[in-house]
Amino acid sequence: AMLAGSSLLSTLEYGPAPESDAAANAWIKSHDGKFGLFINNEFVHPEGREYTDTVNPARGEALASIIEGHETEDVNAAVAAARKAYESWSQTSGHYRAKVLYAIARQIQKHRRLLSVVESLDNGKSIRETRDADTPLCVRHFYYHAGWAQLMDTELADFKSVGVIAQVIPWNFPLLMLTWKIAPALAMGNTIVLKPAPSTRLSAMLFAEIAMEAGVPPGVINILPGGNDLGFNLVNHTDVDKVAFTGSTGVGRLLRRSTAGTGKKISLELGGKSPFIVFDDADLDTAVEGVVNAIWFNQGQVCCAGSRLLVQENVLERFINKLKRRMNNLRVGEPLDKCIDMGAIVNESQLERIKYYVDLARKEGATVYQSPGELPESGLFFPPTLIYDIETSSKCVVDEIFGPVVVLMPFRSPKEAIALGNNTAYGLSSSIWTESLAKALDMAFQIKAGVVWINSHNLFDAAAGFGGYKESGFGRESGKEGLYEYLKPKWHARIRNSFTQEEKEAAWGDAVPTGPSLPGSSKCVDGAIDKTTKMFYGGRQARPDGDYSRVIVGPKGEKCGEVPEGNRKDVRNAVEAAAGAKGGWGKRAAFNRAQILYYVAENLDRRSEEFANRIHQMTGEGMESARNEVQASIERLFYWAAFSDKYGGEVKETTLYGATVSVHEAVGVIGIACPDENPLLAFVSLFAPAVVRGNTVVIVPSEKYPLVATDLYQIFETSDVPAGVINILTGSRDLLSKVLANHMEVNAMWYFGSAIGSYHIEHDSACNLKRTFVSYGQQRQWADLTEGAKFEFLYHSCQVKNIWIPAGV
Amino acid sequence: FCFSPTRVGKAVNAVKGANIPVASVATGFPAGQTPLSTRLEEIRLAVADGAAEIDIVISRTQALLGDWKGLYDEVKKMKKACGQAHLKTILATGELPTYADVYKASMVCMMAGADFIKTSTGKEAVNAILPIGLVMTRAIRDFYERTNIKVGFKPAGGIRSAKDAVCWIVLMMEELGEEWTHPDLFRIGASSVLGDIERQLYHGTTGRYHGKDYHHEL
Repeated sequence: AMLAGSSLLSTLEYGPAPESDAAANAWIKSHDGKFGLFINNEFVHPEGREYTDTVNPARGEALASIIEGHETEDVNAAVAAARKAYESWSQTSGHYRAKVLYAIARQIQKHRRLLSVVESLDNGKSIRETRDADTPLCVRHFYYHAGWAQLMDTELADFKSVGVIAQVIPWNFPLLMLTWKIAPALAMGNTIVLKPAPSTRLSAMLFAEIAMEAGVPPGVINILPGGNDLGFNLVNHTDVDKVAFTGSTGVGRLLRRSTAGTGKKISLELGGKSPFIVFDDADLDTAVEGVVNAIWFNQGQVCCAGSRLLVQENVLERFINKLKRRMNNLRVGEPLDKCIDMGAIVNESQLERIKYYVDLARKEGATVYQSPGELPESGLFFPPTLIYDIETSSKCVVDEIFGPVVVLMPFRSPKEAIALGNNTAYGLSSSIWTESLAKALDMAFQIKAGVVWINSHNLFDAAAGFGGYKESGFGRESGKEGLYEYLKPKWHARIRNSFTQEEKEAAWGDAVPTGPSLPGSSKCVDGAIDKTTKMFYGGRQARPDGDYSRVIVGPKGEKCGEVPEGNRKDVRNAVEAAAGAKGGWGKRAAFNRAQILYYVAENLDRRSEEFANRIHQMTGEGMESARNEVQASIERLFYWAAFSDKYGGEVKETTLYGATVSVHEAVGVIGIACPDENPLLAFVSLFAPAVVRGNTVVIVPSEKYPLVATDLYQIFETSDVPAGVINILTGSRDLLSKVLANHMEVNAMWYFGSAIGSYHIEHDSACNLKRTFVSYGQQRQWADLTEGAKFEFLYHSCQVKNIWIPAGV
Repeated sequence: FCFSPTRVGKAVNAVKGANIPVASVATGFPAGQTPLSTRLEEIRLAVADGAAEIDIVISRTQALLGDWKGLYDEVKKMKKACGQAHLKTILATGELPTYADVYKASMVCMMAGADFIKTSTGKEAVNAILPIGLVMTRAIRDFYERTNIKVGFKPAGGIRSAKDAVCWIVLMMEELGEEWTHPDLFRIGASSVLGDIERQLYHGTTGRYHGKDYHHEL
């Protein structure tokens, strides 16, 4: 009866291999098919709420109806629950939290098939993937973070939890993204309000039950289904201390702007258009299989999907033929069939988006090849699709399609592959296919992406960080690096700034240059030769574009000199110099960078009395204290020179047989605005970590006391600092900072100025999602190593790239 | 059915009229450690006795030393000794150190005229495993793409259950297509699978699990 008969044996067609949904349906039924808000370990149904059906995209059937939370009342209730729970949860021992996380891991294992089926039903992804990828990764993630909870007290002794975390997750890996968000937050002692994606909320409800079973105390995890308004209000709730978001770059940018200046931490895991680079010496068949994993895993609805296929031209035709042959075998259909290669697209609008791009490619005259296998008659399905003969300027090449569609382009040399690979606003991942390890590593170092896979794609593990460069966002998930998104240094106060609309819209960053003297200032009458201070960029002293100067006066109103009044064109020139220098500087050996910094310290020491005098003269500080600041600056230079070769990264203990290596790479061009306190020490404390870790900087010294910094360029000139590595602009801190924050070539902006200035910097930096490091109007003790050096500066000077290198013969 | 050279004559007599080709292992099976002239003579004798298929073992020494030209020359001579008989070359993949070596050995044997490439003698520590099968089937595909010649594949040893056998058929379907699932291009060397197939058929048709005492001893 179970054998279809002899025809099956002669045709060898695949038969159905259905996974039962009986247990999943029974679980839904046990909730009467209706799910409420999960607050304080209870499913609650406040009156007057609407309910939306969550739909199985493969069959078009409603699975359950789920509450739409109210965008203020329910947000307030959930945040209040999390805040109350934080008081006790944050005080629990690491071991206590480790036990809770361990219990969650075990509970997931015990109910893994139920979770896998529910996830497949709700999202349309294949049971093959939910069973073999999504849920095992969830288990692994909770185990790994149970470990970090246990070790927090000893291994992360300088840090504390952040508070209440608002987490907003996407629909592509509902349970796994929930896990990536919740596990590290819980482990580090934070409490959570999580908003699942509107299309996929069911597995979050099942997880809520699992968390209760595992002994998570009430209020520690709260789950709030709702729409965009609810999400926006949650993120902007004044009692939320950190925002963690995975989703589109567009929404990420909005969240960055809406939280700007508040002092909330934020991490963004955004879009991608990741290059999959195949060299002629690759194992082409394995690379073809890699393409299947890269772009047809989860129907291509993966932020790190290998969606741009770059193939060396001399194997292009062979590769395309092999890929087409492989595509002919792919089967699309019922996600609960255990033998299906690709399931359903999550919802109608996503399917429409995919169709739009493929139609566009056809209109543009590109070649479109699709898997010929039949699609189910109903349900939201789309075939695996390959597009080639397409221009690099096409929207299909530039935009993240987020579907089973890959564009293919040829290249001729490694250099061209890098140029094409990096020619994107994104920088999430990449894979390199070659049998030459030297070539693979060379490419891995040059690709601007947070994850690089060698001869593989879409490998994940809790021990290796995941996250992007450029407009793919900032912050990491997984690995030790991921913990820092849920920690802050113990000495940090809780900052909660807020601004009215009027304050936000008030003019900021405008400046009017001064005349030869300021009202009330006395003339410089020491009889010495008139000194002209210049700006310094591209390795030379430069006059200001605007030909204006700014008078600098001492504590008693006496004129100490003038500095050039920099304008936007000076910023343009300085950034051009910094961008030009960053490739070469980043590639130098760490030893070489250290030598140069030591040499700066040596030459500063040689002229220490002169610098102490300058500090004394400008600030009115006593000579003793001024000498101390110079000595502290020399010591700070030594401190950072020492760190040139001691923060390169580590080997991650992932499940891969091989090496997973995290490399701490430079961020790129960093704009820095210095505070007025400790004008020399703060300047040194800011440029030195950035430069020693391979960045190039455009730095604005203290607006009030810039001369001690401009005096330094003579030292830079005699200390072998290469042209363009350190660039100094003087004038209005806020005007120059504003232009830097809005510059698309600047990768990070550090701003030590006013509270409202910090708002503008974080807001404007969203243009290219540059990382920010701002003071929120607070001062820090620069002389104190805890506040003026240490981890924070390393964190902001580096971005983590995880390189996966499989071993095998 | 596959026999050692001394049994070929009897076997041919036994299956006379049944349209079953008799195959013989030859060339110092399973180690292949006899002089080339002896190995060639063994082939000629088996063919003379009526063997329609000859399974040879490649020289591991040549493969391990990367003497691909030497291996090619030997297999070519063996092919000649086979005359009209089909030549199956056993790579003894369990003793080849790398996947690249398996691929190269596959290619060399096909270039020298092998009608089939076969994973193992069944006597190595590691016999037929799917990763090796993947390398060999892809080599067959590459060879076909370049020459238009279809070479068959035979995994042997270590295949114990019907499920194992299905995995190998799936491999053939996915990597080479339906055509490569028929006996002229695909064989399985797995004497123990038959009993399990019987068990599975019993379960498939009755819905009950089979009992040991009800199944035929082979």
